Amino acid sequence: MKKEHKDLCRRQSNDDFEETPTWAAVITVLGYALLSVLGWLRDFLRNIGIEKKMTAQDPNPKDFVPLYQSYECFYTRNLYTRIRDVFNQPIASVAGATVQVMERLSEDFNWTFKFSGKKLPSINLGSYNYLGFAENSGPCSEQAIKSLEKYGITTSSTRHELGIQQYMNDLESLMAEYLNVEDCIAFGMGFATNALNIPTLARKGDLILSDKLNHTSLILGARLSGAVTRTFNHNDAKDLEIQLRKAIIHGQPRTCRPWKKILIIVEGVYSMEGSFCNLREIIELKKKYKAYLYVDEAHSIGAIGSHGRGVVDYWNVNPKDIDIHMGTFTKSFGSAGGYIAGKKSLIDHIRIYTHSGCYSTSMSAPIVYQIISALNIIMGRDGTNDGQKRIQQLACNVRYFRRQLVDMGFIVYGNDDSPVVPVMIYMPAKIAAVNREMLKRGCAVVTVGFPATLLTESRVRFCISAGHTKEMLDNALRAMDEVGHLVSLRYSKRNPSRRWHELKRADYDKEYF
Amino acid sequence: MGSSMTRGDIENLATDFYGLLESFKHAPLYHISFEIFLVLAVIWLVVFRKPRPIEKKLTEKEKQDLIDEWQPEPLVPSVDPNHPALNVRVLDGIVGKTVEIDGKKSLNFATFNFLNFVGNQRIADKAIQAVQKYGVGSCGPRGFYGTIDIHLELEERLARFFQCEEGIIYSYGFSTIASIIPAYSKRNDILFVDEGVHYAIQKGVEASRSHVKWFRHNDINDLERLLAEQEVLDKKIPKKARSIRRFLIIEGLYVNYGDICPLPRMVELKYKYKYRIFMDESVSFGTIGQAGRGVTEYYGIDRQKIDLISSTLEYAAGSIGGFAVGSSFVVDHQRLSAQGYCFSASLPPLLAAAAIEALNIMEEDNTLLFETIMEKSKRLHKKLLSIKGYIISGDEISPLKHIRLTHAFNTIGRLEEIVQFAQTRDITITVARYLNDEHLLPEPSIRLILNVEMTDEELEFLCAVLQEALVKVTT
Repeated sequence: MKKEHKDLCRRQSNDDFEETPTWAAVITVLGYALLSVLGWLRDFLRNIGIEKKMTAQDPNPKDFVPLYQSYECFYTRNLYTRIRDVFNQPIASVAGATVQVMERLSEDFNWTFKFSGKKLPSINLGSYNYLGFAENSGPCSEQAIKSLEKYGITTSSTRHELGIQQYMNDLESLMAEYLNVEDCIAFGMGFATNALNIPTLARKGDLILSDKLNHTSLILGARLSGAVTRTFNHNDAKDLEIQLRKAIIHGQPRTCRPWKKILIIVEGVYSMEGSFCNLREIIELKKKYKAYLYVDEAHSIGAIGSHGRGVVDYWNVNPKDIDIHMGTFTKSFGSAGGYIAGKKSLIDHIRIYTHSGCYSTSMSAPIVYQIISALNIIMGRDGTNDGQKRIQQLACNVRYFRRQLVDMGFIVYGNDDSPVVPVMIYMPAKIAAVNREMLKRGCAVVTVGFPATLLTESRVRFCISAGHTKEMLDNALRAMDEVGHLVSLRYSKRNPSRRWHELKRADYDKEYF
Repeated sequence: MGSSMTRGDIENLATDFYGLLESFKHAPLYHISFEIFLVLAVIWLVVFRKPRPIEKKLTEKEKQDLIDEWQPEPLVPSVDPNHPALNVRVLDGIVGKTVEIDGKKSLNFATFNFLNFVGNQRIADKAIQAVQKYGVGSCGPRGFYGTIDIHLELEERLARFFQCEEGIIYSYGFSTIASIIPAYSKRNDILFVDEGVHYAIQKGVEASRSHVKWFRHNDINDLERLLAEQEVLDKKIPKKARSIRRFLIIEGLYVNYGDICPLPRMVELKYKYKYRIFMDESVSFGTIGQAGRGVTEYYGIDRQKIDLISSTLEYAAGSIGGFAVGSSFVVDHQRLSAQGYCFSASLPPLLAAAAIEALNIMEEDNTLLFETIMEKSKRLHKKLLSIKGYIISGDEISPLKHIRLTHAFNTIGRLEEIVQFAQTRDITITVARYLNDEHLLPEPSIRLILNVEMTDEELEFLCAVLQEALVKVTT
């Protein structure tokens, strides 16, 4: 079992993205067009007074410049509100492997909601809980509670002023050891880690080459840095090479001065596609063209690799080849915050110039202790093999779930080992249908559409957790099978459409230990 | 020679040509005009259009040479190992009214712990209960099962506390105002911003890409001048001016200066020049006003007139995170457009529980807590003014004050000496730290923060130590 697992990790998994069937794309666009036409009609009726205006009104006098342009809110008023009930669903329990979703009812087509008081127990396929550390009992939460009694909640001061607590040093050295790098620095928010630290690494005169599908925080950080940002096609090493060559040969636009430095920014696992970055090829390119590499392992740290060390572990590359390791503690560690790790000189520089050094309160004690105890478990320092078991359980769950979805005829994006499992649904109405029907069958899923994805590429995104048992996965697959049949989601041309009961159970159960 | 043309051929040609001319006569006008246009376009393209400059074509060898020769700068410049940021104090315990440094307890005038909620047992108990119910992290952004019932409760309580329609919470204090401004103000809009605003607001303004007009700190006349100038410009382009949004970005009580903004006049100007006010009340929440509702309560201004009030939970409330309150019309927009809200994991439930309990305490005590802190701030201010040799910056009711030495003496080095001396006498204070790329770097100062639980004797002791330090440093 161990050898097979090792082989699995070393194999060159290809991220294949099956193409969107043309008829599906056409119908999707027609669907949006129809919704837009209906939207214009409704807006017209609202303007002439036949239909009531349900949006809030500006309390300022009418001669103020309108705060929102009408077309900005067109999408919100006419498309988003129709299916608003499937987003922002509140929960009333820990976001673990199962979750209590609070039932909301609306009598005016989603303009306002009332809570019915009922809580729907559902299998949680939406939260980022890859290693199952989102628990309200156990060694991690006990540590968090103890730390509250010793340190209180906050210091109400910044790093540079009063200073830091000892636990910050402990966390940073533990994380550096885990990642096998020289030093590490931790921050209170993952988004802010990117947005506030990329400006310290790149300035005017630098070039940032960023993957087309990078997260908003990376794009914001790149923009605030003042450097020129260019994108390359998603995971396309050839396009990256072309961009690198072009940049070095032609230099800065207009002045043609050579670039001061080039920073390549990629993510470990892309949260909407589930694909892994081609780290080996990108490292080769970076070495060949003397660029620097920034890898954002928000979703991959803890979740990928035989020791949970992220894509670095998965592709078995030398951690020293990556200049800046970045990640978050929100997903696999069940806490909050982010980190940057690398050489000591890099981290010292960030310690001095980071925006959160002078202007943000330091991290809260229970948050840090949750991460420290989760790390100890993952690294096996607590004396058990709970950490290794979780990592293997996750890998196993992922394979089991993905294989069956693909064999049933759904189009599934991303790498075969990725715990992020996007299944394509394309049409706008199906975004709501899938979410509501899955909730009825006891599964809380996340469905996303435009503008988080391309117009014609709406999808339902499952996040597998080590906390999911085989029974839960089977229930989820059965539900997806029914919903897929009800709503017609089996688009794949590569694999024949099959119902769940038509799959050979023995094949899958054999692989699942 | 070519094939000879027979008479018949010539006749055919002539007939065809004649037929062509006839068809021109019968063709509709639009057809003819279109044909003429096409012909003219071809003539223009061939004769008049300037030829594009021929791009310098490099050989492969030249390209490879350029690539080989290019040397990047090091990723980061070398750092000074003695930089204070690399040698910060390491603490190990609760940082409340007193803080333990190197085994000794000292009075804490350095942290933003205005209401002494750090280490408060009630708040800690509620946070523990939240961990036992919800775990530590929320594991997702607000849109994807990261909205927990405790978040909704906190938003509702904040809105109720400020008597506004709706509230929204963020998971990080810095990101709050830095995400709010770009959500409303876009490329063509105008922001009138006070020069003395803190760094997070400056980042928000930068991220919005709007036109920024800075006015001198707390100088209402300078603001009026800018507004009048803009009005003149607007009259020249009335149609465009009707689509340019205007915002005034100010703080209630400025972190970098300790003074309160002239809000009543700013609200008057709002209705005259038609802009919206976004006020950041990070420091004034929980410290100014009879019930801690901030500068609007202090001046007696109707909060509905301020479009958005943003603040932080990290100072008076003793938790982590930030929030904004205002009318539903304004606040609801952030739920889809504020980046720090949509693309970030939500606030851990235990921090939300701590904030709710802090609000409970503030509402129970109602006026006593806030009267006390305003009173003590006034007393501290008087005592500090009596020390000759220091320049005190800040309003008398502000619990946050900046202390500087007289001009020639005021360097960071001397202020650090004062801080170190105070530490030997068991008083912890700090030099205010800034990054060098602030829009208007404030003069070096010691930021003094009053904790509501400080007694009169302790304040006297602080002043005595500051006096001693002054003597030591100026001799």
